[in-house]
Parts: sequence; structure tokens; C-alpha cells
Amino acid sequence: MRYVDEFRDPALARGLIREIGAIAARMERGRDRPFAIMEVCGGHTHAIFRYGLEDLLPDVIEFVHGPGCPVCVLPMGRVDDCVAIAERPEVIFATFGDAMRVPGSRKSLLAAKADGADVRMVYSPLDALALARRNPDREVVFFGLGFETTMPSTALTVLRAAREGVTNFSVFCNHITIIPTLRALLEKPDLGIDAFIGPGHVSMVIGMAPYRFIAEEFGKPMVVSGFEPIDLLQSLLMVLRQLEEGRAAIENQYARVVPDAGNPQAMGAVDEVYELRPTFEWRGLGSIAQSGVRLREPYAQFDAERRFAVPEVQVADPAACRCGEVLTGQMKPWACPMFGTACTPEAPLGALMVSSEGSCAAYYQYGGMRQPHLEGVA
Amino acid sequence: MCLGIPGCIVSIVDADAMLASVDVSGVRRTVDVVCVAEPGRSLDELVGAWVLVHVGFAMSLIDEEEAAATLKVLHEIGEAQSEIEAMRTGSVEPFHPSTTH
Ligand code: SF4
Repeated sequence: MRYVDEFRDPALARGLIREIGAIAARMERGRDRPFAIMEVCGGHTHAIFRYGLEDLLPDVIEFVHGPGCPVCVLPMGRVDDCVAIAERPEVIFATFGDAMRVPGSRKSLLAAKADGADVRMVYSPLDALALARRNPDREVVFFGLGFETTMPSTALTVLRAAREGVTNFSVFCNHITIIPTLRALLEKPDLGIDAFIGPGHVSMVIGMAPYRFIAEEFGKPMVVSGFEPIDLLQSLLMVLRQLEEGRAAIENQYARVVPDAGNPQAMGAVDEVYELRPTFEWRGLGSIAQSGVRLREPYAQFDAERRFAVPEVQVADPAACRCGEVLTGQMKPWACPMFGTACTPEAPLGALMVSSEGSCAAYYQYGGMRQPHLEGVA
Repeated sequence: MCLGIPGCIVSIVDADAMLASVDVSGVRRTVDVVCVAEPGRSLDELVGAWVLVHVGFAMSLIDEEEAAATLKVLHEIGEAQSEIEAMRTGSVEPFHPSTTH
């Protein structure tokens, strides 16, 4: 109980942990493997590590860290495309800082910048639009990245650019959508996941209804959760209760932020601006049908893929990288032979080591607490 | 980028363009508020409201207690610092350090 005292309500946390332990003990009999609970969101992954939740919970509960870190699932080929666009002399390439260090097959955006490409870190797509207004003689390309949490912001920026008649702004759209991704995971025959902790902020945008198929078609419980340790413990308890009672339902632990209907204005902008791509390539997961979006025809002038000839080559990850297995929960990060040696947060080989929400970076950063796991690996 | 950060709407910058000034832990930033605006109501009613800000867009109205709890977690996992840093260094429009906190 090293960390419980830091929690907002330590007594409540202890109570939740006790109750989780009691249910797990009742259910453990007759099981030959731990309960595998996948947290979909990279933010949850980070919080689980930071608060050492796994150490507070009975051994029969295992978190499987899901693919919900958009930086981590960006394939190398797309990074190469970014670099190719950024290296054009007329282009100012605007990106979130998170994407700067993701390795491409030639170089990262950071390396491209060092080599003279005009790459700018922006906080918001609105800043990219401001750069376009300020630099009318340049082409400003914004690197659109993320799930439904950031998807509306890019869409609303495109709508704003259209309203203002800005002609030197476009988006290299790499937004991905969560539902087909979860479906693809669930359809994997060897996926041993018992239940899901659902993403809070994606759900705040899309609402609860899109998740129903997880319970109805696949019989798995999901609880949409907040980010506080108490939230995560409560969500875990809700999941275990469902498992014990043999139910599968989609429940909302984070109702104080996530309305059941989502955010209609945000979804309206998303529907207006994007259409599904037939297929989109993910690092480690391969191609997933209808998992990515691109700009619709009426917004073609804002689509960097149509404005510039993008090479769009597919590049396989280095053979020694185990990012795919780690992403799907089949391998723990420290079991990758590159972990901590050839692949570190300072010099990442795989994208899971780049963002603090990636599970390899999280294991690496909080490795000190998990020494027992690491012994014998290094 | 994905988690966002709570901030308090301090003024409306441009009602037609749906832009408001939001104070995020002492950093002011112009934010798009279309996703939290109630159609047909004046934006002025939003002044003083707490919102979750994702990459320059207010995505959800939250209460003050939720804002404080969320900020605490974000600080503890280090995300608040990087978000505020991104806001400081990545904002193209000028930002003004604010006095309110
Ligand atoms: S340690 Fe590096 S190469 Fe190995 S799975 Fe993690 S990110 Fe990929």
C-alpha cells in the first residue's frame, strides 16, 4: 500500500481494493490464468503505472495495455510521408510535439527539422491555421493525429479555414477511429481479454452507444473510466462485478464528464468533414478496415494527400521490434529484446517508447517500481 | 495531446468566431468554444465556466471540483506540465501570463 495515501480518498481506495480482492478471490477458483483487463486509453496506461495500481491489486488481475496511444500506432510509412512533405521547400509542417520523435524509416520529424526542413511544433491546429494566415507565400500543412478526442479539433479548423477562405492551409490526415479498432481486436481469435476499461475522453465525444456491440456481439464488459486512481479502481470493480455476475454491459463510471450522448457539436463537425478510408495501416496491428478517416470531397483543397504527391510507401517495422505483440497484449514490453538497450525514450526504436502514454515508455519510466519483473531481463 | 487540461473561461474574445480566452494554470490561451456553446444562448454565459481543453478546443463543461481533481492527476503523471509547456511554446497567437489562478 505504498501509494494509497496520495489518493484523494485513501479510505475509499482501500475499500475498493479490498472489495476487488474479495471478488477476485471468489472467482479465482477454476481459473488457470489471470483476469486480463485491457485499458484502451494510453492516458489510463500512464496513470496505472504512475500510481502503481498493479502492485496494489491481487495477482490474478492483469492490465493489458491497449492500442489507445495514437502516436504509438503510427506506422513508419506515414512518418516517412510526413518527412517527405516537410522537406518540400514551400512547406511549413506543423505538428504536435508528441509526433516529433516517432521514428520513420529514414528519419523522424525532429531529425528532418535538424536537417533544415521547416517543421514547427504547435499546440493546436488553430496555431497551424494562424501560421498559414501569417505566411501567405508558404504552404502550411498540419499533421492531424489522434482518435476522436482530437478529430473534432482538426475538423473544426478545416471548417474555419473554409469560412475564412484560407488557401494555403491543408491537413495531412492521420486521424483514426476507435470503434473499428476495438472490433478488429475483438475479432482476433487469440485475444485473451476478459473485459475492457473504456477511454474517458474519446467517449466524451462519441458517447456510450457506439460501444454496445462489445457487450452484445462479443459478450465482454466495458466500463468507461476517469483518470484518477479512484476512478480506475472503481471501474475495475464494476468490471469484476459484471464478470462475477456473468453479465456483459457497457457502463459509465465517468458520467460526470462523459454524457451518454457524447458531444453533438463535435460529432457534427466530424461527420461533415471526414469520411472513412476503406482501410488504414497501423503500426504493429496491420491494416484495419475503416479505421482511418480522410477529408471528404468538398474539403479536398484542404487535403495534403491530394495537394502534394505523397509517396505512401508501406515500410515494415525493424524485425527485432516487438511493438505489434506488445500492442496487442501478447508480450510485456520488457520481454522485447530491444527494451532498454537499443530502444529507450531518448533514442526510441519503436513508437511505444516515444510517448509517455506508450506502454514501453511507461514501463521504462516507472521501471524502478517494477524491479522484480525486470530482473533477469536486462 | 489526448488527455487535455482543465481551464477557466475568463472572457469572450470574438463571439462570432466562437473564441474565448481560457486560463489554464496561469497561462492564457485563445480557445474555440463551439463544442461547449449552447445554440441560441449568449457566449457571455460561459465566462467563469470550467472546461476541459483539448488542443485548443473546449470539449466539455466540468465543475470546479472536477477541474481541480483532474489537474492534480495531470500534475502527478506529468501531463499537466507538458501540456502547459506545449501551450507556451506551441501557441502561435500571443499568450499572456495571467494574474488570476
Ligand atoms: S521496446 Fe521498443 S522496439 Fe521493443 S516493443 Fe517497445 S517500442 Fe517496440
